[in-house]
Amino acid sequence: MSEKILCLITANTEGSLDKATLECLGLASKLKSDGSAELVVGCIGKEPAEGISNCGADKYLVVSGEAFEASRYSTDIVAAQALLESAGSTVVIAPSSSRIQRFISGLAARANGAVDTHVTGIDTEDGRLTATRWFYRQRIESKISRKEVRPWIMSVESGCAAAIELGDSVSWEAISDLEIATNTTVKTIEATSGGDQTIRPDSDLLFVAGAGWTKKQADNSVKADKAAALILDFINRRKASLGSSKSMVDLGSEGQAVLPFLTHLHQIGQTGATPRHLKGLATCCHGEEPHAVGWRFIKERRAINMDANCGWAHGKADVLYVADAFEVMEKVNEKL
Amino acid sequence: MPNVYHIVVCGSIVPDPLQTLEPVESPAGPSLKNEMMLPAVLDPWASHALYEAAELVKKCPGSKVWLVSVAPKAKLQQVMMNIAQKVPFELVAVEGASSGFMEAAGTANALATAIDGIADLDKSRLLLFGGWESASRGAGAVMQMLGEKLHVTEQFQGVDVLEVGDDDQFLIKERIEGGSYQVNETSGCPVLLGWATGNLPEPKNNPQVGMLNMRTVMPALQRATKADITTGDVDYKSVSLPKQKRETRVEKNMSADAIADEIVTWLNE
Ligand SMILES: Cc1cc2nc3c(=O)[nH]c(=O)nc-3n(C[C@H](O)[C@H](O)[C@H](O)COP(=O)(O)OP(=O)(O)OC[C@H]3O[C@@H](n4cnc5c(N)ncnc54)[C@H](O)[C@@H]3O)c2cc1C
Repeated sequence: MSEKILCLITANTEGSLDKATLECLGLASKLKSDGSAELVVGCIGKEPAEGISNCGADKYLVVSGEAFEASRYSTDIVAAQALLESAGSTVVIAPSSSRIQRFISGLAARANGAVDTHVTGIDTEDGRLTATRWFYRQRIESKISRKEVRPWIMSVESGCAAAIELGDSVSWEAISDLEIATNTTVKTIEATSGGDQTIRPDSDLLFVAGAGWTKKQADNSVKADKAAALILDFINRRKASLGSSKSMVDLGSEGQAVLPFLTHLHQIGQTGATPRHLKGLATCCHGEEPHAVGWRFIKERRAINMDANCGWAHGKADVLYVADAFEVMEKVNEKL
Repeated sequence: MPNVYHIVVCGSIVPDPLQTLEPVESPAGPSLKNEMMLPAVLDPWASHALYEAAELVKKCPGSKVWLVSVAPKAKLQQVMMNIAQKVPFELVAVEGASSGFMEAAGTANALATAIDGIADLDKSRLLLFGGWESASRGAGAVMQMLGEKLHVTEQFQGVDVLEVGDDDQFLIKERIEGGSYQVNETSGCPVLLGWATGNLPEPKNNPQVGMLNMRTVMPALQRATKADITTGDVDYKSVSLPKQKRETRVEKNMSADAIADEIVTWLNE
């Protein structure tokens, strides 16, 4: 079956496109060269300033204007529906950004289609599209196809395709006069952890601080202040992204010693994030399965733990250093 | 303030995350080995939604919480033995598969029918709550689809904060990239919130709340209607556990200095 593809993207208020969007365009372009009938790029927000001619689309549609610059369900879904109807596509692919994730399944409901989110790969096999995705929070992997329901709408994780190289600018056809109704105003974007940006999705390194950092140590003392200083020093020197375990971020709501810069947003795992970084270093974290599922897309993994039998030892890390993380991280910071 | 809200929390059950999962083939599509035997919990992000709902009721007297759940009845009953002790709610149960391999649209339809059937629900006071993703399908699809079916177009996902002001003014913080929040203001009901973790600890078990809830939980389970939840038109080409078990090198006798050297070299590669 030859599919007509809509690559659905969003541009920020400056009209620039992020890495995940350029990767999604790269994937769409590949599917087109694999034999899809048509490729339309549909953009919500603003006409992109960047030249994306290299994706080789047949048509470029945009819904812009002040109301569509905000990332908001009630307006984004109207824009997306208009783009889909105008393109007449059978397959929609879009980057898994928070903005797209907020409405993409609603779009499927509106268009009487089907949806798969957090897709990690799309291929063409025997002329049909197949998609790879995970179930049970990164614990079971599956390759699927959809027999007949169209449009088949998918959001694709970043890091799964090569980005297109920027090229010439393209001519965008505007879709206008859309009817919108919204009760929502986007007020602001707020950093969560007291000013310091500690979650850095684009870093090559994830540094996980587990609950051990605030537990009683061999000398019977709790060294939360020292832990906080060592951790912040490390992630700022190395520009690493900070993650944590559920036990650690829960301590705060239970009124125990906490590291002031850790929030639920730092949590990695089953009920936390599944970030993508090339390397990961876990410290004072046991490496239990509900935590480790959040490491699914971390390629190189090392851990420092006092317990030689912790979860990391059982095939979850490449190297486990059985040692005191306070001592090791102090030395690491000196050497960085 | 105080306004009266009718809060519907949608949440199903999932295998306890500490259990080992193994996919198997079944006539109804992929499923988990011994699925009916695996201990289950209320879907974690949906539980946060439930606790936040209960907290809101405390602040807005006269408000009420319904927990609507599509799940196999016997398993749901087991999970209720624990959850019913946490916070007050009225259960609306629908008997149907809760497996992650089932199609989201089917679950959304079943929930919409169940919610439409709640006799004393005033949709003009509706706050529709759920988890922003499940721990089974992990797609974040059901709530949005349900919102569309119930014509709720003020939708928010990854919510950690809801502040209710006078005259149905809501301040809502949603998780976005890079550990930041998008802060929104919206006015009027209905509103849909897909909760992330929120800010409340898990409530302690309270046997009195349990007894009160169980009076409605058991009849709700008996009344549960059946919904035909299927894999839809998904053609599962393969379903497998990830192969990448690593050969872990365990270093027990290295000095802190030597470890630091090795780590720094690795970080600089
Ligand atoms: C429904 C559910 C969902 C869950 N979801 C998640 C999730 O999303 N993410 C998550 O992380 N967990 C999750 N969990 C919890 C998970 O099962 C573990 O309890 C949690 O990950 C443990 O955190 P931890 O390893 O930091 O703490 P602990 O288990 O307390 O481990 C602390 C570790 O620190 C080590 N340590 C102590 N001092 C030192 C030192 N000086 N140097 C080196 N090592 C030291 C100890 O040896 C120990 O291994 C979930 C659980 C449930 C039931």
